Amino acid sequence: MAEIIDMPKLSDTMSVGTLVKWNIKEGQKVAFGDILAEVETDKATMELSCTVPGTVLKIYAPAGSQLPVGDPICAIGKAGEAAPDPKGKPVAPKASAKAPIPETTGIPCVPAAPAANAAPAPQSDASRTSASPYARRMAEKAALNVAALTGTGPGGRVVARDVAAAASAPVSAAPSGPINVAVAPPADGKGIQPDADIPVGGMRATIARRLLESKNTVPHFYLEVEVDAAPLMGLRETLNKRLAEQGGETALKLSVNDFILKASAEALRRVPTVNASWAGTSIRQHSAVHLSFGVALEDGLVTPVIRDAHAKSLRDIATDAKALIGKARSKKLSPAEMSGSTFTVTNLGMYGVTGFFGIINVPNAAILSVGATIKKPVIDANDRIVMGHRMVIGLSGDHRVVDGANGAQFLQALKQILEEPTLILI
Amino acid sequence: MAVITYREALRAAMREELQRDENVVVMGEEVAQFNGAYKVTEGLLKEFGPKRVVDTPISEAGFIGLGIGASMLGIRPVMELMFWSFSYVAFDQIVNNAGNIRYMSGGLINCPIVIRGPGNGGTNVGATHSHTPEAILASHPGIKVVCPATPYDAKGLMKAAIRDNDPVYVMENTILYNDKGEVPEEDYIVPLGVADVKRVGTDLTIVAHGRAVITSLKAAEILEKEHGVSVEVVDLRSIRPLDEETILASVRKTHRALLVEENKPFCGVDAQVAYIIQAKAFDDLDAPIGRVSSIDAPQIYCKRMEDEQLPHAARVVAAALKVLA
Repeated sequence: MAEIIDMPKLSDTMSVGTLVKWNIKEGQKVAFGDILAEVETDKATMELSCTVPGTVLKIYAPAGSQLPVGDPICAIGKAGEAAPDPKGKPVAPKASAKAPIPETTGIPCVPAAPAANAAPAPQSDASRTSASPYARRMAEKAALNVAALTGTGPGGRVVARDVAAAASAPVSAAPSGPINVAVAPPADGKGIQPDADIPVGGMRATIARRLLESKNTVPHFYLEVEVDAAPLMGLRETLNKRLAEQGGETALKLSVNDFILKASAEALRRVPTVNASWAGTSIRQHSAVHLSFGVALEDGLVTPVIRDAHAKSLRDIATDAKALIGKARSKKLSPAEMSGSTFTVTNLGMYGVTGFFGIINVPNAAILSVGATIKKPVIDANDRIVMGHRMVIGLSGDHRVVDGANGAQFLQALKQILEEPTLILI
Repeated sequence: MAVITYREALRAAMREELQRDENVVVMGEEVAQFNGAYKVTEGLLKEFGPKRVVDTPISEAGFIGLGIGASMLGIRPVMELMFWSFSYVAFDQIVNNAGNIRYMSGGLINCPIVIRGPGNGGTNVGATHSHTPEAILASHPGIKVVCPATPYDAKGLMKAAIRDNDPVYVMENTILYNDKGEVPEEDYIVPLGVADVKRVGTDLTIVAHGRAVITSLKAAEILEKEHGVSVEVVDLRSIRPLDEETILASVRKTHRALLVEENKPFCGVDAQVAYIIQAKAFDDLDAPIGRVSSIDAPQIYCKRMEDEQLPHAARVVAAALKVLA
C-alpha cells in the first residue's frame, strides 16, 4: 500500500510550510532516515526525513510550493504501484520560496517563547501540544515546556528525541565562515527601487509583532556609559596573535563582541537583579545566564542563545557564538537554539554606529546596545587632552523589573570589567 | 549440550517425567501404537508399555473427561490433542471441569492434568484445523497456558507443566517441530510465568509468543542490519500466568513497544498485553503501542494467502518502523 506523506508540523506554531528543495525524484528508492526535502517553517529551515521506506511514486507539490500542515506532498510505495489520489489539492507553487505567509499565522521566532522559563501567560496551547507521555515526563524533569518544542514524531508529535535535543541544546561544529556579527554593508548602493509592496515573510512578521508588543507594553528606560576600550583592544590583539601562532589556519579568532558577551555574563553574575523577567504577579529570577545576541541576516535578524554563558570561558563563548552565527546564516538554527534567553546583546559597532538603544527582547529585563570603538580626544587623569579609544554602551531596561540604580550598577560593573579585561580571564 | 529438535525435546520431557513419576501417563488418539500423529510420542509405548501410554477412541470430550477424572485421583495424565482445534468439542471438560474443580471443591481436589498438541495455523489445513486458542483458554481463571518457541523452552515448560498441580495447556506448533536447538541433558525446568528476553536491544521492545518469537527475531535482525535499530525481543513463554514485570522492564528501557502474535487480533493475547503496558508504563511510552496479528478472517485455505495472513518478518519490520517514527 502506498503511503501519502503530508506536510509535517515541524514547530508548535507552524501552520504553513514552504518546500524549499526536494532531494528526491519520482521513481527513486528511499530508505528510512533519508532526507526527502528541506522545509522552511516560520522558525527555521528543517530537513524532512523519510519514515516510510520504498519507492517515490509521486511528488504532489513542486519545490517552492507553500502548503498548509497536513496537505499531501508526496507518495511512497512499491515500485510500479499507482500513486494514490491525494485527499486535498496542493496550493499552486509560488514564484519564490520567500512567498508571503498570511499575517494571521502568528509566529514567535525572534526569539521563540523561552523554553526553560516560560512566562505564565499563554499556557493554553500546551494542553493541545501533541507529545508522547514519555516526552512529557522528560520535559518535566528538564524543566522544559513541551509546547515550545518542535515535534519530529508522526503528525508533529513531540517525542523523547526532541526533548533530549532541546535539553542538551546542541551546538554543531563551527562553520568555516568569518565571525563578523553582521553581514558586511554592500560596497555600492542598489539605487532607488520602483514602487512595490514587498510581501512580509514569516521572520519579518515575527519581528514586527514581537518588537511592537515589547515597545508598547514594556516601560523602557535608557542608560548610557562610555568605556575606555584601549585595554580591551590591546588584550584582544595579544590573544589573537597568540591563538594564531598556536592554531595556524584553524585558529579561533576572538571578536570584540565575544569579549562583550563574556563581560556581560560576568556583570550579570555581579548584579543578578538584571538577569530576571517580569512574570505578571512576580519577578522571576533566573539561575543561569542564557545570553542571546542579534545576528543580522539579509532579510531580517535572529537572536540565537548561548546557554549557561555564566559558566563558560571566553573561548567557549567565542566557539558557541561562531557556530550559532554560521547556523543563523544558513537558516539551520533550531527553534530550541533561539529559545530561553535571559539577556540580550546587540552590536552595531561594525557599522560605525557610535551609540544606540535596542528594544527589549521580551521576557528579558534589559538589552545591551554596543557601539563602535572610536578614537577621540579625552581628558586623562592629569587633566591633559590625549587620544583615547572609546566605546559607548547603551542599556534599555524594563522598569517593572529593573530600576535606574540597578541598571547603573550593572553598567558600572560592565565598565569595570571591560576596562580591566584581564578580569574575565579568571 | 545436545542439539535436538523441538519434537525430540517434547518427547524427552515426557520420557523423563514418565521415568521420574509412576503416576505420569500419556493418553490420546494414536499416541501409542502409531507413535503419535506428529511422532512426538514415538517409542514411548515400547519403553513404558500399554498401562502408561494409552491409545484413546476418537472422542475428545470422552477421553479428556477420563483424564480429568484420573487427575482428581492422583494420576498425572499428559493428554495429546491431534490439533488444539479439536479442543472445542471437549470445551466443557477443558474449561468448566478442569478449570474450576479446585475452586469449587474448596481446595480439596487438584487437577494436575496436562493437555498438549499443536495449536497453530500456517500449514494449509483449513479454517477448522488452524485455531490458536491460547487467548480463549487463558481468559479463564484456574487454567494455565504456555506456548514454547524453542526446543529448550519446549522441554523445560513441558516438565514444569507435568509437575504443576493445576491444569496446564501446552500449545505446540507443527512448523516448529523440526526446529533444532541446544537442550541440556540434565534435569531442568522452565518455570511457568517467567518470560525470557530472547534478544537484547535498546530502541524497541517486541513482545511475542510461540512461533511469532521466531518471526520477530528474524525481523529484529533485518531492523538491525538495514535500519540500524536495536530491538529487544521478549518471549512470553507463559500466557497465564503472565510475566508482566519482564514486559514492563523492557518497555521502560526502550520506551516503544510492538506486540506480535499469530492469533487473530480481536481479543487476542496482545490486547491484554497492550492494556497492561498502557496502564502500568504509560509515562514511559514514546509512541503508541504497535501490533501485528494474523489478518482478521477465518484461516485462509489458499497457501499463498495464508502465508500472508500470518505475521511474517516483512510485516513485523514495517510495523516496527511505524512505531519507531
